[in-house]
Amino acid sequence: MSDKPKIDIDYISNLARVALSEEEKAAYSKDLSSILGYVEKLNELDTDGIEPMAHPYPVYNVWREDKVESKMSPEKAMENAPASRQNMVIVPKVVE
Amino acid sequence: MEYEAVIGLEVHVQVKADSKIFARCGAGFGHGPNELADPVVLGLPGALPVMNKKALDGIIKAGLALGCTIPDVSKWDRKNYFYPDSPNNYQITQYDQPICDGGEVEIELPGASRNIMGEHRKVKLTRIHLENDVGKLTHFSSDSLVDYNRAGTSLMEIVSEPDMHSGEEAFAFLTSIRQIMVYCGISDCDMEKGQMRADANISVRPKGQKALGERIELKNLNSITGVKNGIEYEIRRQTSELKKGRTITQATWRWDAELGVTEEMRKKENAHDYRYFPDPDLMPVRVDDEWRNRLRAEIPELPYEKQRRYFEEFDLPYTITSVIVPDRELAEYFEEAANLAPKKAQAIGNLVVNDLLREVSEVGIALSESKIRPPHILSLVEVVEKGTITKNIAKEVFVEMFKSGETAEEVIERKGLKPDFDDSQVKTWCEEAIAENPKPVESFKAGNDKALNSLKGQVMKKSRGKANPQLVDGIIRDLLA
Amino acid sequence: MSDTLYYKSASELAALLEKKEISAVELIQSIINRTKAVDERVGAFNSFDEVDAIAQAGASDARRSDGQSLGPLDGIPIGIKDVLAVTGQPLTCSSKMLEKFVSPYDATCIEKLKASGAVLWGRLNMDEFAMGSSTENSATKVCSNPWNLDHVPGGSSGGSAAAVAAGEAIVSLGSDTGGSIRQPASHCGVVGLKPTYGRVSRYGLAAFASSLDQVGPMGRSVTDVAMVLQAISGHDDRDSTSFKSEVADYVKALSDNAGKKWTLGLPKEYFDTASDAASMEPVLKAIEFYKSIGCEVKEVSLPHTEYAVATYYIVATAEASSNLARYDGVRYTHRAENYDDHIDLYFQSRAEGFGSEVKRRIMLGTYVLSSGYYDAYYLKAQKVRTLIRNDFMKAYEEVDALIAPTSPQPAFKKGEKTSDPLSMYLSDIYTISANLAGIPAMSIPCGFSADGLPIGLQILGKPFMEEELLSVGHAFEQAHDFTNQHPKL
Ligand SMILES: [Mg+2]
Ligand SMILES: [Zn+2]
Repeated sequence: MSDKPKIDIDYISNLARVALSEEEKAAYSKDLSSILGYVEKLNELDTDGIEPMAHPYPVYNVWREDKVESKMSPEKAMENAPASRQNMVIVPKVVE
Repeated sequence: MEYEAVIGLEVHVQVKADSKIFARCGAGFGHGPNELADPVVLGLPGALPVMNKKALDGIIKAGLALGCTIPDVSKWDRKNYFYPDSPNNYQITQYDQPICDGGEVEIELPGASRNIMGEHRKVKLTRIHLENDVGKLTHFSSDSLVDYNRAGTSLMEIVSEPDMHSGEEAFAFLTSIRQIMVYCGISDCDMEKGQMRADANISVRPKGQKALGERIELKNLNSITGVKNGIEYEIRRQTSELKKGRTITQATWRWDAELGVTEEMRKKENAHDYRYFPDPDLMPVRVDDEWRNRLRAEIPELPYEKQRRYFEEFDLPYTITSVIVPDRELAEYFEEAANLAPKKAQAIGNLVVNDLLREVSEVGIALSESKIRPPHILSLVEVVEKGTITKNIAKEVFVEMFKSGETAEEVIERKGLKPDFDDSQVKTWCEEAIAENPKPVESFKAGNDKALNSLKGQVMKKSRGKANPQLVDGIIRDLLA
Repeated sequence: MSDTLYYKSASELAALLEKKEISAVELIQSIINRTKAVDERVGAFNSFDEVDAIAQAGASDARRSDGQSLGPLDGIPIGIKDVLAVTGQPLTCSSKMLEKFVSPYDATCIEKLKASGAVLWGRLNMDEFAMGSSTENSATKVCSNPWNLDHVPGGSSGGSAAAVAAGEAIVSLGSDTGGSIRQPASHCGVVGLKPTYGRVSRYGLAAFASSLDQVGPMGRSVTDVAMVLQAISGHDDRDSTSFKSEVADYVKALSDNAGKKWTLGLPKEYFDTASDAASMEPVLKAIEFYKSIGCEVKEVSLPHTEYAVATYYIVATAEASSNLARYDGVRYTHRAENYDDHIDLYFQSRAEGFGSEVKRRIMLGTYVLSSGYYDAYYLKAQKVRTLIRNDFMKAYEEVDALIAPTSPQPAFKKGEKTSDPLSMYLSDIYTISANLAGIPAMSIPCGFSADGLPIGLQILGKPFMEEELLSVGHAFEQAHDFTNQHPKL
């Protein structure tokens, strides 16, 4: 992080699955590098041996018993779908 | 140059549970499209995951059965990637703190023949972790349809070390895992229902070389034979490439079971950057000894342990144990009968393996539905041993017992199968047979032992099959001596 | 009477309803009329359903006449930020992405409000996916500060604050990830409380940053906020981060704690910084007030305060980049019309569906989690987060609560900061730490700027001790008259 962060905006937009225009790429590259530059200040702190905080109030084993307690009709499940057929979501043909 | 293959497997096994791993809706196979969905499964805005205790029990039990260490603390991470079958576009899985570490799977390699036990060895495991399954895509000519019924099903990923060297070992590895999972009641491991799936990492290197070759990840191994065939094909392909002086480049390939070939899916250049990070919606799991011990106590004797005990305790041959042991219910059935008369275990085993399995599969019922229970089996063994009926008649008696649920004695009584003559009558029939058949008599006297069979057959005919064949044999030999 | 009902407090209205001096239908009608009269200018609502609201109010009246009243909130209109799931109502998060989405289920806090008889009123405007501090990132419509329509209401719960300030709702729900309840409350001159992380279930709250998000109440008085908090608090087994802890009687605590001499801390780092001097004045006066009623006021230090914004923008954007991945054009969101294949469907749908700030944060969050950067950014930020929380826990060994400004300046003019994201982020400097530490915090009105814009006082409390926090605020409110000051609209 001490080296000036290199931002490969195409790589990030690809990971994030967001198409960006050339103007957006330029703007976000600039914004990201200014924010990341600001964030550099965390390096002033020695955090060796400090536990990372994943939860404000961590407790263990928050679970439920194996019971079926929720149900939704397939019609309901598809109600907001942009495209559906036979109660399934239509997507462009997925080829791998 | 000689080459050797190195294989690691990633086996996904669904954990049997009524509800999904993080959602409260039902889990299962064979429902109409999207009947097993709710806000959590669909990843609707605001929906949150809550762990299913049964899935945790399942994986811990699996880990204990496979000799893994169960660390005190494990946690959940998100694996981020976009795919239409993944509602949140991240999978909840375990990255650096899985529930099970290490472990090993005992496998049996094929023996010299089907009747001979093969070599046993242990394949090392890296880890087992828990995650959510994804939905299912069905492809049509112009589009694909997504069904989320499977999405969110509890899924274990069993990761082996690169510790296998042939398709046969991989086959044995999967077979063993399946038996153990079914034995422990963790999963039914039905590959046709997608309850067990395997991916293989395969590389080939010159024999003696320490470093691994470039590896190919092989997907779409949808059946246990598919695993064997796909891996064998891929080993041959890589070996032949290397022999031609070509290099292997890391990539993902798929097995096409119909064509019987592997084909490239994607190059490693497009490898995903999954951006793993701890899932903030879920709390970590802490396992203590009380929990470990409770689950350990629920683990039954595992198949290969059982087999070794059957060799020791019942002196069973491999051919019988190799049929009985893989099926826990059958083994328990056998053992119930064998425990009534341990000395007669072999005869009991024979009846179970031959007659019982034949009838059950012919009628197409489950073992638990069979009217013949373990004490019935023993009753039949005993009447044969006493010589009350012949082995041939015993087969007939078994079929009757299977139909009616009667004991052997009851069937014999009802059908009048008990011999209605004494030994002197048998002797008379033997004398008649000798008198009536000079040719075989001559042949026997000339040293052809087999000629005796036709004489015995005559006597059996006269007794309507009820005479004790051993007795007949003895009498004829005496008379001709 | 009914034409002024909309500016009465929930507690007062509860009494009137109880005595049957007014009906719930009359009350919602007053709110509807007021909304229709002013919301074209304020822009607090993304949508509302008059018929449904009147039906809910009618049901409330029926219950009351049967002697089956569900309690003090029965019949009280409450505005809902458009980030919470209500069955059959739109849930847009002020985003084109969810423009057409209708929720098939209720958030837990909504279920609880229904059980308390409150009349759910409308869908309140916000920054898209709660990302912003001015509600300027709403894709739905412009939201204005009722005190000065040229200024922003703050954000992201700008609609929730503006609606309450303008009399378009009696109380409202907002959500707070880095100050999104407190900052708009302060800008609109109302009370807004971010509960302790885990106090209110997040189930049904469209996630921005899961480890920071909390749902909380807004109202024109501390008592009203206490009443709503009472209704929505408590453990929920559908949210694994929901805390199992007793819920106090918040309204009762206000009178029980009356006259208590609190020990209050002034975090010196919150007073050193470049806050606008004029807006600090009412805060300093408030401190004098607490001293005057016998509270001990002492300076404390939260030494890692200057790292809070950096920590926040790593943690929040990283979580957001993953939380917002589900908005993909496949199952229920906006789907682009033109795309090449199933992968391009994502690119185009997300490019069209998300606004520029949301994209910016998704990009930043994706970057900090990407291969090779995790340890340097996310892990580092999580460690600093521990230090920030420890600062608070140490301070709470000495004091009951902390007092600070809510925002470095009053509501700014629309468009003033939109071109400089970092300066926008830095304006959250006083509110962000409470989310990182998970502690409860509240903003109450404490004065006005020279040009008549409200200024908020922030009170930060101990984890799961909302009753103390409310009581400290209540003491100030009782001695001042901000509750009954309203913008001229
Ligand atoms: Mg894997
Ligand atoms: Zn997996």
